Amino acid sequence: MSDAQQPEPEAPAAEPAKRTRPTRPRLSRQQEQRRTILRGALAAAVLFALQPLAAIPIVRRLRDRLRPPGALDEERFLAACIKCGQCVQVCPVQAIVLADADEGLGVGVPYVDARSQACDFSCDALSCILACPTGALSHELKMKEEVRMGVARLARPEACLARRGEPLRGTARGPDFPGLLRYEDVDRWTPMPVATHGYDRAVCDLCVLECPIGESALRLVPLPPEDGGAPGLFTPEVHRGCTGCGVCQMICPAEPAAIVVDARAVFAGGRHRKHRGGRGERGEHGEESS
Amino acid sequence: MGMPRLLDQLAIVLGRAPEKRAPSPEAAAMHAAKRGKGMKKHELQAEIDEAAANHTWRNRRWAALIGINLLFTLSYWVDIQILEGSLTASRLLGFHLADVYSSFLVMLAQRHVAVNLVIGAVTVTLVWAFVGGRSFCAWVCPYHLVAEWAEMLHLALAKRGWVRDHPLHRGVRVAFWIGFAALALLTGHTLFLALNPIGVLSRAVVYGASLALLWVALLLAFEVVYARRAWCRYVCPIGLTYGVLGAKAPIRVTYDLESCAHEGECRKVCEVPHVLDLTIKGRAEETKLDVGPDCTRCGLCVDVCPTGALRYELKGVKRLL
Repeated sequence: MSDAQQPEPEAPAAEPAKRTRPTRPRLSRQQEQRRTILRGALAAAVLFALQPLAAIPIVRRLRDRLRPPGALDEERFLAACIKCGQCVQVCPVQAIVLADADEGLGVGVPYVDARSQACDFSCDALSCILACPTGALSHELKMKEEVRMGVARLARPEACLARRGEPLRGTARGPDFPGLLRYEDVDRWTPMPVATHGYDRAVCDLCVLECPIGESALRLVPLPPEDGGAPGLFTPEVHRGCTGCGVCQMICPAEPAAIVVDARAVFAGGRHRKHRGGRGERGEHGEESS
Repeated sequence: MGMPRLLDQLAIVLGRAPEKRAPSPEAAAMHAAKRGKGMKKHELQAEIDEAAANHTWRNRRWAALIGINLLFTLSYWVDIQILEGSLTASRLLGFHLADVYSSFLVMLAQRHVAVNLVIGAVTVTLVWAFVGGRSFCAWVCPYHLVAEWAEMLHLALAKRGWVRDHPLHRGVRVAFWIGFAALALLTGHTLFLALNPIGVLSRAVVYGASLALLWVALLLAFEVVYARRAWCRYVCPIGLTYGVLGAKAPIRVTYDLESCAHEGECRKVCEVPHVLDLTIKGRAEETKLDVGPDCTRCGLCVDVCPTGALRYELKGVKRLL
C-alpha cells in the first residue's frame, strides 16, 4: 500500500537507533497489503455487528417513548428521523428532547417526557411538524385536534384527588417544578412556569381544567356508584378527542401522576388498546379504532 | 488532464493505490533537469523548520470550523435563528440544508422521497461541488477537529515508540458506504446515523452533552492507539460522498513540480496522504497538477511546504483575469 507512510526516498539513510526496541519481523509489501485488507474487513465486521446490538432497545421496547405530534408509526418514525433536532428548537415550551445512546438506534430521535414537560400546543401551529425536514412528523396534520400521540389513562385511581373529593390549593407541582404551561387567561402568547401559578379548587380538577383540547378529550364526571361513587366525588373521564399531549400527566398533583399518557395507544371506548406501530401505512396516525 | 485523469482520480478515491505513470514530455524534462540538482534535506532544514512553525491556514480553518458550529449553538441558545438544526439537516435563514448521504439513508430506510430533504441535499451538493467536496471535512466537521487533536497525540506517542499506526485498506470505505445503505434499505434502521460521530458531536454542540459522546471518545482512543485518523480515512461515508461530488470543484490545492523539493513534509501531515503521492520524486505526470478529490483542502500541506510548491487556487480566475 503506497498510501501508508512509506519510507522517504531521499531521507538520510537509517537514523541512528535511539533505544533498542524489540524489532518486529519485516513484512513484505504484499504481506503488509494483505494485513490492511484484513484490518479493513475486521473493522467493517465490528461496525456492522453493532446493528443487532443497537436494535435491542428498540426490538425489546425497553422504553415506550411519547413521540412529538404527527410522528409516524414507531418503525417508520425511527427510519425517517434524520436526528437533526429542528423540532426541539422550535418548541416554545421545550417539550421535545433527544434520546441518548442507551436507546441504541433511537439515539438522537426526539421524544416528549410528559411528566417533566408536556406538549401544551402553545405554538398553535404544530411548529415541530413544520420544522421536520423529513416528514417523520407528518405534514398531513393541520390542527392540534388531529394529533394522536397516545391516550390518557387514569393509571392510579386511588391517588386521584378528585376521586377522594379533595381540594387543590396552591401550586400544582410545588415551587421547584420547572415545567411551563400556557395560561391563556393570564398571557395568551407566553407560556409561564407552572410553579408561579396558584390554584384554588374545591375539588381538584387540574387535568380537566388545563387540557388544551377540552371536553371532547377529558371531562370531570361524578364517580359512578360501582366505583364507590358518592356525592362530592368525581373522576376524570377520557374521551375520543384525547391527543395524548400529556398536559394532564404533567399537571397532576399526585406523585407519581394519577393520570398518564400511554404512548401510541389508540382510543377504544373506555378501555383503549395499546397500539405499537409496526410497519404501517403512511398517515394512518390520527385514525381511531372504536 | 481531461476525462481519463478524472476517472483515474475517482478510482483512487474509491481505494485504488496511486500508480506511477509516464510523465508528459515537459514533466519528464523537468524531472531530468532536477535530477542531482535538488537541495538535500539538511540543506533545506531552515526552511522546513520555518514552515513547520507556520499555522496560518490551520488557524483560519479552525476559526471557521468553530465559528460555523458556534452558529448552530447560538442560533438555538441565544435564539439568533441563523443556522437551525444540526449537521445532518438544518435551515440556513429558513432555507433547507441536508447532509447528502444522511438524506439518502433516511429515504432508503423509509422508502419514501422527502421533498425537503431533496431540496436540502441538492443545495448542499451545489455548495460543495464549488467549494470542493471534502472541504466540508476540514472546514465544517466537528469530528475532524477533535480527530486532529487525537492525531497530534498519536504522533507524539508514536515518536516515543509507544504506539504505531496500523493502516487499513482504503477500499473499505466503499464497503461501509454500500453496507450502511444496504442495512438502511433492508432493516429500515439507519445504523450509520446512530454511529455517526459527526451527528453525535453536532447534537452535543447544540443540545448539550450526552452519553453518546462516549462512543466518540472510543473512536478517538482507537485512532490514538491503533490506526491514525481511522474514521476519516477508512470509514466516513459522508466524506466519501462529498469527495466524489466535489471531484471537479474549482477551489483546490495545486502542485508545482518545478518548486517542489520532494522532501516529503506534506505527506507526513496529510490526512489523506495518497493524494500527495504526486510529490514523490519522479511521480508527477505534469509540471502543474491539482491535488486529487480526496483532498479536504485543510491546508496543512500548504502551511508546511518549505518551497511554496503547494498552494490554494481558485480555478478559472487566472483565465478570467
